[in-house]
Amino acid sequence: MRVNFTVNGRKQEADDVWEGESLLYVLRERMGLPGSKNACEQGECGSCTVRLDGVPVCSCLVAAGQVEGREVVTVEGLADYAKQRAEHGGCASGACGTSLDAAQRWQSKPADSQTGENTELSPIQQAFIDAGAVQCGFCTPGLLVAADELLERNDSPSDADIREALSGNLCRCTGYEKILDAVRLAAARGENRTAGQGA
Amino acid sequence: MAGATRTPTNLTQGGKTDAGIGASTLRPDGTLKVTGEFAYSSDMWHEDMLWGFTLRSTEAHAEIVSIDTSEALATSGVYAVLTYDDLPTDVKNYGLEIQDTPVLAHGKVRHHGEPVALVAADHPETARRAAAKIRIEYRQLPLVTDEASATAEGAPLVHEGRDDHHIGHVPHPNIVHRQPIIRGNAAEAAKKADVIVSGEYVFGMQDQAFLGPESGLAVPGEDGGVDLYVATQWLHSDLRQIAPVLGLPEEKVRMTLSGVGGAFGGREDLSMQIHACLLALRTGKPVKIVYNRFESFFGHVHRHPAKLWYEHGATKDGKLTHLKCRIVLDGGAYASASPAVVGNASSLAVGPYVVDDVEIEAIALYSNNPPCGAMRGFGAVQACFAYEAQMDKLAKKLGMDPVEFRQLNAMEQGTIMPTGQPVDSPAPVAELLRRIKAMPLPPEQQWLAAGEGADVRALPGGLSNTTHGEGVVRGVGYAVGIKNVGFSEGFDDYSTARVRMEVLAGVPVATVHTAMAEVGQGGVTVHAQIARTELGVEQVTIHPADTQVGSAGSTSASRQTYMTGGAVKNTCEAVREKVLQLGRAKFGTYHPAWATAELLLEGGKVVTDGGEVLADLVDVLEGEAIDLELEFRHRPTEAFDLVTGQGNGHVQYSFAAHRAVVEVDTELGLVKVIELAVAQDVGKALNPLSVVGQIQGGTTQGLGVAVMEEIIVDPKTAKVRNPSFTDYLIPTILDTPSIPVDVLELADEHAPYGLRGIGEAPTLSSTPAVLAAIRNATGLELNKTPVRPEHLTGT
Ligand code: FES
Ligand code: FES
Repeated sequence: MRVNFTVNGRKQEADDVWEGESLLYVLRERMGLPGSKNACEQGECGSCTVRLDGVPVCSCLVAAGQVEGREVVTVEGLADYAKQRAEHGGCASGACGTSLDAAQRWQSKPADSQTGENTELSPIQQAFIDAGAVQCGFCTPGLLVAADELLERNDSPSDADIREALSGNLCRCTGYEKILDAVRLAAARGENRTAGQGA
Repeated sequence: MAGATRTPTNLTQGGKTDAGIGASTLRPDGTLKVTGEFAYSSDMWHEDMLWGFTLRSTEAHAEIVSIDTSEALATSGVYAVLTYDDLPTDVKNYGLEIQDTPVLAHGKVRHHGEPVALVAADHPETARRAAAKIRIEYRQLPLVTDEASATAEGAPLVHEGRDDHHIGHVPHPNIVHRQPIIRGNAAEAAKKADVIVSGEYVFGMQDQAFLGPESGLAVPGEDGGVDLYVATQWLHSDLRQIAPVLGLPEEKVRMTLSGVGGAFGGREDLSMQIHACLLALRTGKPVKIVYNRFESFFGHVHRHPAKLWYEHGATKDGKLTHLKCRIVLDGGAYASASPAVVGNASSLAVGPYVVDDVEIEAIALYSNNPPCGAMRGFGAVQACFAYEAQMDKLAKKLGMDPVEFRQLNAMEQGTIMPTGQPVDSPAPVAELLRRIKAMPLPPEQQWLAAGEGADVRALPGGLSNTTHGEGVVRGVGYAVGIKNVGFSEGFDDYSTARVRMEVLAGVPVATVHTAMAEVGQGGVTVHAQIARTELGVEQVTIHPADTQVGSAGSTSASRQTYMTGGAVKNTCEAVREKVLQLGRAKFGTYHPAWATAELLLEGGKVVTDGGEVLADLVDVLEGEAIDLELEFRHRPTEAFDLVTGQGNGHVQYSFAAHRAVVEVDTELGLVKVIELAVAQDVGKALNPLSVVGQIQGGTTQGLGVAVMEEIIVDPKTAKVRNPSFTDYLIPTILDTPSIPVDVLELADEHAPYGLRGIGEAPTLSSTPAVLAAIRNATGLELNKTPVRPEHLTGT
């Protein structure tokens, strides 16, 4: 079958998709977007987390056909997504998540650097690097998508809020402490920025 | 053939020159990892590639009567189906030390999940469905599942006709290796004991459960060789095992490390490496294999489950008199790292304590259980679980404080190990315990902190809302452990580094090329820091790890910063010497300091130790490139005597201590770990941020085995019952408490920069500390990991 959907702001179509294929497989093996990770493919680890019409989902549990006509944001599009959100305001309306309108305006800009130097990062991506929350990094893409969505809903989460929001994402390397640090750091930087603008 | 895409790339990082050793420099691969661009082994891709799949045994011990692959081969989209008969040479087995593991089962299968056949197809689902059409007829064989069934009269032999070098000294062919350690006279010394405690301890089978599945891509080369992109811990060890099976010389098997999603020992043994190469060479096409999580539980060895019998004595003033112990490790169907695990378990069985009279025996079994081998802590973890429980029992019996009792018996620099080896670097065991005890305790009843009723999220059971604080009791427990660093027992352990220094675009730059497996630990960060410190440059490029450079040894045994870090340091020093030679030749006549002073490279310049600038590196290097490859070795060690266990077997030791605070809902048997504080001596923290991250990660793996992690093998069928993340639980962020870390830096004068391997020690004492805290809270004996609700409620 053919599936038409929007990935990181770009219209995409995948051909010859077998009915049993997951969104994760289509992203990784057909779209050339391996950022979403395949750690369990059974909905237990969160490594494959993407946003589907704004809602974080395990892409390994979503059948490719289910995304027909819908909007997907992966870790590859996170920096641009966060930038657009910053430009168009956060969650002021109370209707959190991406509105269809916002998603349609949104355009992905591919990263061009091999090493990633000078790549523009979203606040949560930068915070993960700065806090030392990345070791092997296999859990990182899923955690970033989930943490970014948390901060979109709640710009100053308590530790209990962070733990609750990230409880579906396993990490085997870090012991989570530095992941907590990273989310706190991104929240603090966000607060500083807002405070700075307001002053 | 066009190259594979998404292959590993250079990591270049500019940095201030003060981003040298001792600084919390950020990872050079961090940006790639947070943008999703980092090329992990499961991300490898090649146009026109096929997908490989492994058919695994449904039985634990059975004769293979027949295999019929015809229907699978006839499936549309299938390119190859391979069994044992298709192996190209007479070399049909591999193994780390003993070549006892079949590439594909022949004659019989020895454990549940053993690879039997391979399929290559144009879609992973096609391969899976074709594999399901392979018909295998098994005839069940009697099982060996524990020590009694392995050594009973007439027990079936897991491996007939063993001819490895351990067979001469083991009491039974179903025992892989046996190591006794006898020092002093334990029976005599026991007479001096005022109290004696003994116990039987059971350590469950833990899994590394790294998140990145076993995976990789094999691309056939035009020369008949193969290029393999794979996640592993030691490229050259893989190569040594792969090439003979393929019938290729080693230079025709070109291996490149692809992004590794964690390892923890689980990637020391081969998994899909040979299988992918066989399929690629047979079909003439690139073949990718990616295990799913279910398969991953069968695709790597686990931590040895163990039974441990311990007897300690102490005088009434609290001095240990003797230790008698016996440790039985279940190695499962193949040897893997079992011999070395036995060596560690026995030589570290006494823990970080002074005991002059010991009688220790450790063995590893062959059985039809899943194969076990390396995992973080490697033999020392199981022993620590037992000796720390014993310390608490003794302290209790003597009416002493458990921490003071440990401090009273703590080893220190100069202590003689039970192997006769003197500890010749700092051993701050008492000090680590002091630090842990001095840390402030988390407030009582934190769930009441908010004021308005209980915050159930902070209680055992969490959001399941199982309690509001009734029946919840708190406990505190302590533990400390000792781990050897590096490969022991006379192993010729070395690492190689190649360093190139040149001027590019007007800037002096260094390139570091090693075969070190970066598995997440941060070796790439540290290598760049070392190059900056030794060569005074800002920009360092880390070349992808491959087999075009000499072996770096394994990323395991906490050895890689010591060994490959040491190799990078030594090679940089030699490069620096060449730079100075060049400088002397070009500018030596301009300033007398070139001939006399101690010269350094700093901030892109040659300077005297007094800080006087003699030349710019750019001018010294102009038009030249210095390129050197050198090996580094640690001090030699020796094998343990097979009768007495005496010998200078270990390179270095590392130490960590934990304090656990837990709350237990005694009605439902639910445990919440409130805090796990840790103090560790790291010798020298080359990168403090990474050091703390390693310590927290290791601590969490120890927490997992204390309260939830266990591979459950049905004792009647030897089949694995829980090969999934639904049923094999690892700690989530809700299960993991705050982990405050206190880092001590007492240099080991024998090690590069004085550093101490750090990766494993925090995994040791974490588990017994949690157990001690639960015992403290409940008053129960608890001699088994993991602690399950039924152990706490007596149901
Ligand atoms: S890969 Fe989707 S939840 Fe694990
Ligand atoms: S960093 Fe390795 S799994 Fe999280």
